[in-house]
Amino acid sequence: MEDVDEIVREFLVESYENLDQLDRDLVALEESPGSRPLLSSIFRTIHTIKGTSGFLAFGRLERVAHVGENLLVELRDGRRSMDQPTTTVLLRLTDTVREILAAIEADGTEGDVAIDAVVEAVEAVRDGRVVVVAEPVAAAVAAPVALAEPVVVQPAAVITEKPVVPTQPTRVAPPAPAVEHAPDEVGVLRSAADTSIRVDVDLLDALMRQVGELVLARNQISRLASGTDDVDLTRSAQRLNLIAGELQEGVMKTRMQTIEHVWSKMPRIVRDLAAACGREVQLEMTGGDTELDRGLLEAVKDPLTHLVRNAVDHGIEPAEVRLAAGKAARGVLTLRAYHAGGQVVVEVADDGRGIDPERVAAKAVEKGLRTPDQLATVSHAEMLQLLFLPGFSTAESVTNVSGRGVGMDVVRTKVEAIGGTVDVDSTVGSGTVWRLRIPLTLAIMPALTVECAGDLYAVPQVNLLELVALDGQRSGSGIEYVHAAPVYRLRGELLPLVSLASVLGVDEDRPGTSPTEGSSVIAVVQADHQRFGLLVDRVLNTEEIVVKPLSARLKSIGGYAGATVLGDGRVALILDVQAIARRALVGELEQVSSEAARRAHEAAARAAQMEQVLVVGIGGGRRVAMPLASVARLEHVRASQVELVGGREVVQYRGTILPLARLDRVLGAYGDELGEELLVVVYSRAGRSVGLVVHEIVDIVDDDMARHSDIEDHGLVGSTVLGERVTELLDVRTAILAADSAFYDTPATTDELDGLAGPVVHPDLVGAAR
Amino acid sequence: MSQYVTFTLDGSLYGIDVVRVQEALRSHTRTRVPLAPPTVAGLVNLRGQVVLTIDLRTRLGLAGRADLAEPMMVVVQVDGEPVSLLVDEIGDVVEVGPGSFETPPDTLDATLRPLILGAHKLEAGLLLVLDVDQAAAA
Repeated sequence: MEDVDEIVREFLVESYENLDQLDRDLVALEESPGSRPLLSSIFRTIHTIKGTSGFLAFGRLERVAHVGENLLVELRDGRRSMDQPTTTVLLRLTDTVREILAAIEADGTEGDVAIDAVVEAVEAVRDGRVVVVAEPVAAAVAAPVALAEPVVVQPAAVITEKPVVPTQPTRVAPPAPAVEHAPDEVGVLRSAADTSIRVDVDLLDALMRQVGELVLARNQISRLASGTDDVDLTRSAQRLNLIAGELQEGVMKTRMQTIEHVWSKMPRIVRDLAAACGREVQLEMTGGDTELDRGLLEAVKDPLTHLVRNAVDHGIEPAEVRLAAGKAARGVLTLRAYHAGGQVVVEVADDGRGIDPERVAAKAVEKGLRTPDQLATVSHAEMLQLLFLPGFSTAESVTNVSGRGVGMDVVRTKVEAIGGTVDVDSTVGSGTVWRLRIPLTLAIMPALTVECAGDLYAVPQVNLLELVALDGQRSGSGIEYVHAAPVYRLRGELLPLVSLASVLGVDEDRPGTSPTEGSSVIAVVQADHQRFGLLVDRVLNTEEIVVKPLSARLKSIGGYAGATVLGDGRVALILDVQAIARRALVGELEQVSSEAARRAHEAAARAAQMEQVLVVGIGGGRRVAMPLASVARLEHVRASQVELVGGREVVQYRGTILPLARLDRVLGAYGDELGEELLVVVYSRAGRSVGLVVHEIVDIVDDDMARHSDIEDHGLVGSTVLGERVTELLDVRTAILAADSAFYDTPATTDELDGLAGPVVHPDLVGAAR
Repeated sequence: MSQYVTFTLDGSLYGIDVVRVQEALRSHTRTRVPLAPPTVAGLVNLRGQVVLTIDLRTRLGLAGRADLAEPMMVVVQVDGEPVSLLVDEIGDVVEVGPGSFETPPDTLDATLRPLILGAHKLEAGLLLVLDVDQAAAA
């Protein structure tokens, strides 16, 4: 880069920024073809590149930009409208510009980057030699009711307010309001440029380091001041405290960038990927203004991209498959970021096919990563964790995009390297959510100092849930044992215990005591989803510590996340709770958690032996019982009031619309037809209701669950004898889903529609209104 | 001519090239690192920096230090970061020429061979030249 002089360097920096903006604008323009502000922005960028490249004598760049400008002029003058081939060729143009810029960056010349192909392609589009393929997504396939206000990504600096989103598909942005934005935008653009300043990143890092040292010195002085009676010293120390705190905050802010930086690349990636894989994907991004330390942002960029690629490639099904499953043809990929509990949470969610834990487990066995025995007692949630094993990939075929079996473990490693966690939640058929939790900053964090076998250690506050004091005098002191594993009963649940002294191998320093004796405090910590109790001797206090990196050979031990210097000058190791969990809990945790689950199950079973049930007749002499607790009320409804909506029966009920399911049909009973009056058992939950139509209400009785026997039949969970008659036990959930398949979904939709329309779920309808 | 910072370990005199040495001082309070290799003596606070400390006696396979004796530290630069080496006593800076240098004898234990580069023949005895990078490699 020494050969490249200052002007060229500036040109490169600005151009790279502009190109990113260009990508975003082009994809956004494709979504809203009539948007004049977008068009102007794109035109300006290309024009600027053309002009500057001419001035700097970069001939190829100038030619490419010129050709692009010609195409854009046609768009601007309305002689052409934005369609897929046009967008594609323009995106290709920006890629070529990037290539040329990279060549310039490398040695100051354009090299011999090939531009003829791109120029030819642009000319082809201009001459209309490219057949315009009708955009399938622009058709009137109305989107299902949006879960949250979809924020179409707008360049943050340009539009300062979210456009008003009407409750209809937002893809077609009406051109009129967009034009009104134009004068505002230009004004906003100028002022944004004035209020910010470019700072060398190294300078910021140096500042950050110095502030770290200041915090250490501040801690020392605070400690000294608290031990003295000198009033002046105390006061000065307090002032120093305040100032250091504010300075720290300020400097950390300089290093903060919004996650928008990462998300700005996503529209293009998703668009290209969806096209390559033959999927239709709508990208929604919220929380772009969530701030994150730039070092962490860099680290999280690749993992997020990988997750997004996975979601498009493997998560979201092709349109036909989705339609067949009753979903909208266009899959929704949601990126969400928000602050929670001192961390930044980033979610990548898709409404695709979900991940089948059984398939994951089978794949793990197939790849020799686990034996069938190991997986026999493992819960579904734990099966999903197998995805993070190195060498794992459930892709049927290794596509160019993903599925090379190096994915998730690398994602997890990278995220954990910055002190974060990655987790997955999935429902087969409905979708998957990947959740990344990242600490707000690397260098300074609050931690709890604890003592173990004479040494001091720091437990990061983000991992800490609560502290439990053990009464050492009482026999047993509350610690129980599952085989040889110590556990503690915390508010009814079993908490596996880990003796820090044992994990660190220092318990020989306390001879004559078992690892659990001598410890007097349990620090309840959480790493990933594992909760456990760390046994320590003493808890000292919480303070802000500066994380100092450990030398590589100590890092490889795995149990330490770093070191810090405490207020009194002593060095304390910072515990890596995740690593400790992994070291101490594998197998043990599974044992304890399955034991805990078993105990909980037994306890629940014992408690619920007797239950009140409602017995109904569904015709043909069959009787069915359902738990009374689940019933809201019984209603009479005239058969003539039943209406058909989208092939489902509904009835107007209490101001809303009640979906109905006829129990006789659900359970395959074909008895006599019902008369004028219908008996409906109404079940309500979280503001939603369904009605189960029955023939007769028989009785309410007490049911001894111990007398249940299993039945393998659709819609039933078993049978029993009630009132001398064999009575079937209804699978309430199946029956409800027969009436309203979205009943158990999160009730976000009903908030918007309450009072207006009923939650009738059908792919082509957004609801029903009276 | 080269200059070496010298120190004693278990009665023998060792030396490290002076350009690699940052400082030599009395040992600080060490925080032990459980689960670390036995050559790691712990971490010390050196003017706010957390520095890894290696026990050279262990590294060279010598007998352990009698607990009462306080070691001294020689802080060297390895791979851009400071590492402190625990020694018995710090000696003078000695200047020697290539003429007095001898490569290690073939009878030297194989494990120690990478650590000891050779010896300079001084009037008072032998000065064993230590390879800093190897010594700090633990």
